[in-house]
Amino acid sequence: MQSRGFPWIWKSFAALALAMLAWHGAQAQDLKSFEQRTTTKVLPNGLTLIVCERPEAPVFSYSTFIDAGDVNDPSGQSGLAHMFEHLAFKGTSEIGTTDWAAEKVALVKVEAANDAYEAEYLKAVGRDPKKLAELEKAFKAAQDEAHKYVVQNQFWEVAERNGATGINAETGLDDTMYFWSMPENRLELWAWLESSRLADVAPREFYKERDVVMEERRMRTDSNPIGRLFEQFVATAYVAHNYGRSGVGWPSEVSQISATEAMAFHKKYYVGSNIVVAVVGDVKASETMPVLERYFSRVPAGPKPEEMTTVEPKQFAEKTVAIHEATQPIYIEGYHRPDYRDPDDAVYDAISDIFSNGRVSRLYRSLVRDQQIAAEVEGFSPYPGDKYPGLYCFFAVPLPGHTPAEMRDGIHKEIEKLKTTDVTDDELAMFKNRTRADLLRGLADNQGLANVLAEYQTRFGDWRELFLQLDKVDKVTKADIRRVANTLFEASNRTSAWIETAAPAAQKNAGGAQ
Amino acid sequence: MNQISEKHLSGAKAPFEFGAVAAPVRLRSGQALKSCPVTKQSGAGTKPVFAAAVLAGAICCALLAPINLSAQQSKPWEKIPVPRLHEFKPQQPKRIQLKNGIVLFLQEDHELPFVSGSVLIPGGARDEDKAKTGLVELYGQAWRTSGTAKLSGDAMDDLLEAKAAHIETEGGEESTALSWDSLKGDADQVFSLAVDLLLHPKFNPEKLALAQQQVATGIVRRNDEVSEIAERESAKLVYGADSPYTRQPELATVGAVTVDDLKAWHDRTIGGKLIVAIGGDFDPVAMEAKLRAAFEALPPVKPTAPRHDAFAGPTPGVSFIDKEDVNQSNVEIVGLGTDRHNPDVPKLALMNDILGGGFSSRLIQKVRTELGLAYAVGGGYGFAYDHPAAFRVMVITKSASTVDATKAALGEIAGLTTRDFTQEELDRAKDNILNSFLFRYDSREKVLAEQERLEFYGYPANYLETYQDALKKVTLADLNAAAKKYIHPGKLAVLVVGNGPEIKPGLDELKLGPVHTVDITIPMPKQPAETEKKQ
Repeated sequence: MQSRGFPWIWKSFAALALAMLAWHGAQAQDLKSFEQRTTTKVLPNGLTLIVCERPEAPVFSYSTFIDAGDVNDPSGQSGLAHMFEHLAFKGTSEIGTTDWAAEKVALVKVEAANDAYEAEYLKAVGRDPKKLAELEKAFKAAQDEAHKYVVQNQFWEVAERNGATGINAETGLDDTMYFWSMPENRLELWAWLESSRLADVAPREFYKERDVVMEERRMRTDSNPIGRLFEQFVATAYVAHNYGRSGVGWPSEVSQISATEAMAFHKKYYVGSNIVVAVVGDVKASETMPVLERYFSRVPAGPKPEEMTTVEPKQFAEKTVAIHEATQPIYIEGYHRPDYRDPDDAVYDAISDIFSNGRVSRLYRSLVRDQQIAAEVEGFSPYPGDKYPGLYCFFAVPLPGHTPAEMRDGIHKEIEKLKTTDVTDDELAMFKNRTRADLLRGLADNQGLANVLAEYQTRFGDWRELFLQLDKVDKVTKADIRRVANTLFEASNRTSAWIETAAPAAQKNAGGAQ
Repeated sequence: MNQISEKHLSGAKAPFEFGAVAAPVRLRSGQALKSCPVTKQSGAGTKPVFAAAVLAGAICCALLAPINLSAQQSKPWEKIPVPRLHEFKPQQPKRIQLKNGIVLFLQEDHELPFVSGSVLIPGGARDEDKAKTGLVELYGQAWRTSGTAKLSGDAMDDLLEAKAAHIETEGGEESTALSWDSLKGDADQVFSLAVDLLLHPKFNPEKLALAQQQVATGIVRRNDEVSEIAERESAKLVYGADSPYTRQPELATVGAVTVDDLKAWHDRTIGGKLIVAIGGDFDPVAMEAKLRAAFEALPPVKPTAPRHDAFAGPTPGVSFIDKEDVNQSNVEIVGLGTDRHNPDVPKLALMNDILGGGFSSRLIQKVRTELGLAYAVGGGYGFAYDHPAAFRVMVITKSASTVDATKAALGEIAGLTTRDFTQEELDRAKDNILNSFLFRYDSREKVLAEQERLEFYGYPANYLETYQDALKKVTLADLNAAAKKYIHPGKLAVLVVGNGPEIKPGLDELKLGPVHTVDITIPMPKQPAETEKKQ
């Protein structure tokens, strides 16, 4: 999933585990079994290590979880956390260079040349085009000079040659995650690679990579109708909090991020106290932990970065976004909800399950099966993140000939029903059963487990919460669902956004119909 | 890794699957689009953005990495010990061939209290009547949603979901399938329901209509997302627009499908050689007895008639599709690939790794890392199991750099035949593939799926082992010869989907002849009343 699907899944994961505890307490896959197989250690630099033994095949997966994402980008630098994540694949003072001492000097000159170019470029008054062209040339020349010392993509190469698979990273608004799987006999090699890039990243080839990221933005957002719609939707829903800001970055900002800024982000957020590393697979904690400790102690200590002060003010006016373009209609709407620590967190999951999970769900049966106005419709939350108050969202795809307005009306009818009538016993039981089973299903996957252990350790300070949270799922009542629905689904708390089909510009000019 | 082409083929049917729309729905978890260094495939139903990885890269001045490497002072990672890998012999499923020809696979796995199963049925969309293109997709949906005489699809939904169990059906390119999974305690009941659905479906006109609406939605939306257009139309360049591998459902062909068509399809295919695969937490003796009871009494299977498709490959040249709401071009460079029966496949797999298989590949090194022209770039020479896949290289770049990026990618393709591979490149490609080889069988579920696949296509059960051995034996001379034998830059077609006015310099700068514009207008069935109104 390139889109960030994890937190929600993890949460239901957790929910399941709990229920599972209650029902399958004697099975191998319970908290007790996990406690026996899972070892945690906090290093003197503040970094937390988790090792979970699952010796099904001679492989392991890891997840490095940084409690910082694009929500932490400074003003004017949207997309910075993501840019740094790309930089983290460019190597270190030892990997990816023929001569670090000389390359370092060359990179300092690249920064100076970039600063000079940017200063001229940003001049509001008196920008000299000739000077700008010269500075651009000098900037390029400085990059070419630094490039002489580069061994391109050597970090990737070492990992790939040693059998790493699924190499990737994801930057969300809340956090950043690096991960892959490898044969178990490469564990020490991995620990060296991973700790090297956390502790000793080199600001190499940054400006070429910035171009790559601009292409990523064009692909995911600018050239994708749904990407465009969602970006405008969250930008409208939020007035103060950084959740409203483009995660990949506004073009004018991400295109001017410097390597110096990326390294400053690293210095502040990539400190031991802000990092959890989880390893799952054919490993023994007694042998593995000392190795990990040796390598990951290299990560600098540092204070846990301060929490954000901005709190999104209460919305008091309904907001809408209408996009008229030559693509087919889509409808979305969202309502502000609390963050993941809210005591009602599991109630929101129950609402999503009852609204959206499968062909038995209310939205499917109402809008797809019975009214036959939608091809797909669902409610989900939280979006665009869960660390801070996010949105409870609906997404609907009309059938040919049907409109966004019909989606809205159909969804509102179901919301009204949820507010005024209790859900059935069967629906509530189904939510709890499915949560439990889905959690169980996820336990047989090294990478999924590594991700979820690291996430829960970060978000709750204890990975066991993954299982203990199921308790909250079991306690959800019909009254809870009605109470939350009545608070949440208020018109004044709503932002909706849709695409309405318009003739393409070219055809409009020609006076033709679509 | 080497499945680029297989994915490409299924990509050709992406419009059925509603590509563009699926992604955000799966974004339910609620995080804003996440950005990664590598584009990965999103969930089922979306088209591959790019299969193996979107990696790629490099042009003629190459050489960079190897030269610099020799100058590097120390390589600390080479000093880290790599111990012997723990002994591992993946557990193979038990294979049973019944007297009627049906094949059963049983794969025990007691880690979790679940049982899952599937029945694979030969015959798929490539075998459907052209005038009813889309039939198999409709069948895949309506089979399950209709249910059986004893239990309607809706009632089955209620019953299964309460138990967190599933039974699903699907229509694919070469096969259709029924699958199920449940907690161990519900396994008997779910199995009975699944077998009832397999043998006694009752197709329901209302559920067919529902499926027709779903497919129609995919059809009218198939030009919304640029990568979907690029994938679909480039496949047509390779196979021809009318080929069973690329023809697309239209509102008219989907509308022409009746309940009787679904029944006829079912009756025609259900007598084929079924492959039944069961995995999970079950007692093997009891399970075998249960499977025998369900399948042994069925009539002898009818052999699948061999297909006689012609694969000419594309007409060389440049095609263009204008899309005004994008600021990037999706460029596809395509030709004909091969199938896995070809003994040169191990050589081609290594060549693919060097061309576009990882971050150290030529395409990535050049187009992405060195030139900064693309986030997504990659590709290779495809091989499918029972028909030629496509050769496919793709690059996505901003409108203004369309020509530069295309030339760079073409340069890397041509370079396969003009720049001899180095021993370093071959060693690296072997390391990449062989050191990660065990991820093809690191779970019992994967081993079971592989055996099911090999059985379906008629490959020996030890295919992976012989393939691995063959990879090890490939020499530099083999690799150079294979590239010269299979890579013919003059036979490739180029497709650009992008924003015409923004593409400067224009595509004529590619110097590949006149640019052919492709019309992708979606045919709308004539509605008499509407037509009159407009006049």
